[in-house]
Parts: sequence; C-alpha cells; structure tokens
Amino acid sequence: MELLGLYNYWIVIFLMMSGFYIVIARGNLVKKIVGLNIFQASVFVFYISMGKVSGGTAPIVAEGVEVYSNPLPHVLILTAIVVGVATTALGLSLVVRINEAYGTIEEDELGIMGDDD
Amino acid sequence: MLAAHFPALQVVLPLLMAPVCVLLRGARLAWLAALAVSWVAFAIAGLLLAEVLIGGPLSYAVGGWAPPWGIEIRLDAVNAFVALIVAAIGAIVMLYAPKSVEREIGNDRAYLFYTAYLLCLAGLLGVTITGDAFNLFVFLEISSLSSYILISLGRDRRALYAAYQYLILGTIGATLYLIGVGLLYQATGTLNLADLAQRLPALEDVRGVRVAFAFLTVGLSLKLALFPLHLWLPNAYTYAPSVVTAFLAATATKVAVYALLRFLFTVFGAEFSFTVLPMGPPLAVLAVLAMFTASIVAIFQENVKRMLAYSSIAQIGYMVLGISLVTVEGLTASILHVFNHALMKGALFLAMGCVFYRISSVHIDDFAGLAKRMPWTAAAFVGGGLSLIGVPLTAGFISKWYLVLAALERNMWPVAALIVISSLLAVIYVWRVVEQAYFRPPPADRDVREEAPLSLLIPTWILVAANVYFGVDAGLTTSAAGQAAQTLLGSAP
Repeated sequence: MELLGLYNYWIVIFLMMSGFYIVIARGNLVKKIVGLNIFQASVFVFYISMGKVSGGTAPIVAEGVEVYSNPLPHVLILTAIVVGVATTALGLSLVVRINEAYGTIEEDELGIMGDDD
Repeated sequence: MLAAHFPALQVVLPLLMAPVCVLLRGARLAWLAALAVSWVAFAIAGLLLAEVLIGGPLSYAVGGWAPPWGIEIRLDAVNAFVALIVAAIGAIVMLYAPKSVEREIGNDRAYLFYTAYLLCLAGLLGVTITGDAFNLFVFLEISSLSSYILISLGRDRRALYAAYQYLILGTIGATLYLIGVGLLYQATGTLNLADLAQRLPALEDVRGVRVAFAFLTVGLSLKLALFPLHLWLPNAYTYAPSVVTAFLAATATKVAVYALLRFLFTVFGAEFSFTVLPMGPPLAVLAVLAMFTASIVAIFQENVKRMLAYSSIAQIGYMVLGISLVTVEGLTASILHVFNHALMKGALFLAMGCVFYRISSVHIDDFAGLAKRMPWTAAAFVGGGLSLIGVPLTAGFISKWYLVLAALERNMWPVAALIVISSLLAVIYVWRVVEQAYFRPPPADRDVREEAPLSLLIPTWILVAANVYFGVDAGLTTSAAGQAAQTLLGSAP
C-alpha cells in the first residue's frame, strides 16, 4: 500500500529513465531533444509532488482552511520550466542550422560526414 | 552607498548590458559596451576580494529579503577568488575580441557574440557568488545556454554539432544537479547553502541526502568535464571561435570546479563527503585516469586546438586530484591550479587565435616555420606551453609543486610520481608544436613575416607575462588560495 501511495514518484522514475534512454539511444537529433524534454519533465513532476502536503489546499489564504501545500517548489519549478523551454528552443534552432549545413539530422550520417582537420 | 551593492552589481551589470548590446547593433558600439562592463566587473571583483581577505565573508541579501528566505549572495575567500579569475579573464579576452571576432565571426553578427558573451559572464559570476542552491542552477543554465550559442558561432559547420552535443550533455548535467537540489530541499526544507550546511550533519543517514550527494556530484562533474564525463569538451573547444575557446577554457570548467568544491566541503562537509561516503579514492582514480588518458590522446592530435582541449581535461584531473587529498595543502594546490590553468590556457588559446588570424588554420602541419613568420605569437605559445608543463619560474610550476607536496604529505609517493610522469607527457605534446614552429622551414610561398596585429598580441602577452609573474612571485596567489582552502576545510572563519 505504501508503495502504491508513492505512485507519483514511480511515474517520476519511469519518465526519467525513458527520457534518458531516448537521449542516449536515438540517433535523430529532434528525438533526442524530445527525450531530453521528458527527462526534464520528470524532474518537474518530482518537485511538484514534493510540495504537496496531504490534505493541503492551494496556498491561497482562505477562511476555514488550515493546511496549505508548500508553494516554494512550485515556484522553483516554474523557473526550471522556463529554463527547459529556453533549452528546447536553442536545441531545436541548432538542429535547424545543422540541417541547413549538413542536409541531415541523423547522428550516424553526421558522423560519416565529419570533415578531416 | 553604491559600494554596498557591489556584490549584486557584478552580475546585474552584464545581465542588463546584454540586451542593450542587441539594441546597439554596431560591432564597435557593442564591443565598447562589453569591454566597459567587463572591466567594471573586474574592478569590482578585485575590490571585493580585497575586502573579503581582510574583513572576512560578506553577505548581501538580494532585494532586501533576509536569508535564508531570500536569495543570499555570500562571498568568502573561495568564491571571491574564483570571481576575480573569471572577471580578469573576461576583461583580457574583451581587449582581444574585436579583431578576432571580425575575422572569425564577422562584424554583422558581432553584436550577437557580445550579447551571448555578457550573458555568459553574468552566469559564471552568478554561479560563483550566489549562496543559494537553486539560484546556482539558474545561473549555471544562463552561462551554459549562452556558451552553447557562443560555440555555435564558429565558422566551421562542425561547431553547430559540437554545440548541440554540449547542449545535450550540459542539460543532463544541470538536470541531475536539479534533482540533487530537490532531494536536499525535501530533506532539509532550505535552499540556502549556509543553512543547508548547518542542517545536513544531523541528517547524515537519511537516504535522500546520500542520493542527493550522488546526483549533485555527477551533475557537476559533467559540467566540469571530469573524465569520463568529458566527451562534450574536445569538439566544443576545437570548433568554437578562438575568443570563445579562450574565454570558456579559462572560466567555465573552473566555475564548475568551484561549485563542486562548495558542495563537497561547505554544504556536505569534508566529514560527510570523504569519511561517511568515501569520495576520496574514486575521485583520485578518475583524476589520475584523466591526467594520463587525456594527455596521451593529446599527443596524437593533428589539430592544435583539439590537442589543447584534451590537455584541459588532463589539467582538470590535477584540480580534482588536489580535491581528493582532502588536506589544506591539496585544496590550496587545486585552487591555485584553477587560477594558473586559467592563465596558461587563456594565453595558449589566445595564441591560437593569433595563428588562425593569419594562417586560417590551427592544423599542426601549417605551423611549419611559424617562428619565422609570427615570432611573437610562437614565443607566446612557448611561454604558455612551458607553464602548462610546469617549468620552474612559471605559474604552472607553482601549482604542480604544491600538488606534489600535498601528495607527499599524505605519504602518497606513487601519486606524486604519477603527477610528474603526466607532466612529462605534456612536454611531448607541447614539443610537437614547438618543433614544427621552430625547426621546420616555412612553406616556400609563405616565407614572409606576417605577425598578428598588436591588438591580438598585447592581450596574449599580458597573459603570458602573468604566467611568468605568478611563477616568480607567487605570494599573492598562494596566500589567497591558502586562505580559500582553510575556509573550505573550516579551519578559518
């Protein structure tokens, strides 16, 4: 029962590992970025779960409410999401430029085209 | 009045100037703005280090929110010293920038370079001075994202792919760091580094704290390119424009080394990091492996910039080796090497920029007869190379000397021997270039003297001279590094 009660952490680990696997195993540069996004999303879920207080409500002062969730991890993760968006945008724009320069976004083909110094 | 805000201004000024550079557009105006900000940051860093060395740690509450609730900027002997290194290299690289940027990036895109450079400077200084674990992540990502941009500015199309690889690995490193911070917050309920340091000793046996330690160490090791997590570094340094390589090689990995020091010693404490969880031996083994594999790979490189990049990985090995000794002497050696390596790699990569400016290549075959064609540049390379090897009267000697002494003091004779042997490997790869430059005739059609312009040579020679100066008179650096090491081990306030 306790194991099931921590189900969001199981989801975190599942997402983290699948994202990480995609980053390593996929040769397509866009898919790698997708994997990276899943990897980061797992951390977002982790922070959000961490801030939840059982029985607590949203941290807005209201009458008759005693228990609030911790807003700090949620605020932190907003920042981390912004960083993630910036990383994705930059990563994808690099992929566009790589495609323009090499004509491919498959890692295997990029390796073959590596020019000699 | 203004002086009270110096700790924050150091980061805020470059951060604010970056968008201004985009608006200025003109290569010259953007350069002037970046130059001014870099030198102001340098001056502030110098003043703050002097203040900290005399008066002890400084604390600054960002936005007036008292720590540990608000973000704290906390300067002690360690990070004030690292901040000075970053700001100093930034200031010198900016002197060098205009000609090199014109040649390698193009004046039409120069303002973008200066913008990304200022963001990177702000990020690196931010990582160094912040006293908040999450804020450190944000600054780490500001500096990393802007360094991906800087690397991708290289003319060679492989620069794009190098930047992409760095982006993937750098983001994984930063995300691992973020997980570690989350776990620490879960265990302690605080993000302030000093506050964490107070609360963690009671939580030594909590599994979350130990896992956090693992995530933080691996994440930061990726950022500092500790062998075998160095795969992003060689390509990134090889294909980035010369100015960028010089700046990043001298600052980015150093700042990550500082962050690792901060977590191992201040936040977790030497007791936890090296006794409860014995991190010393694994770090030492990886460091020695880095020193040898990277140096041996460097010997076989045809591209001189790539050779120097591999040598950087080996030099990071020396820094980590000093950390793994967990003594004041070992840490002094590490911090000294952070400073001295910034000087020598800065000088060498700036010399590479001079070579590329005239010859459009950094391939070793094209170095033939360089001493005749560009005597001052070749001599600068020799100066930097001697320091890299660790010849007496150069800065590199001082830090290696301290490292050998620290190893001997722990009765680790084999380690001391390994340090000396790996330095001999550096002789081989530096000699290969020197041999080409001094003992091969230049190609018949290029047998003319074509020295790099003074605006490139002067900053290069400032760094070469610094290598010699801090090799002869090491009093200033050793006392600052020694005080930093004592601060980290908690034997000084």
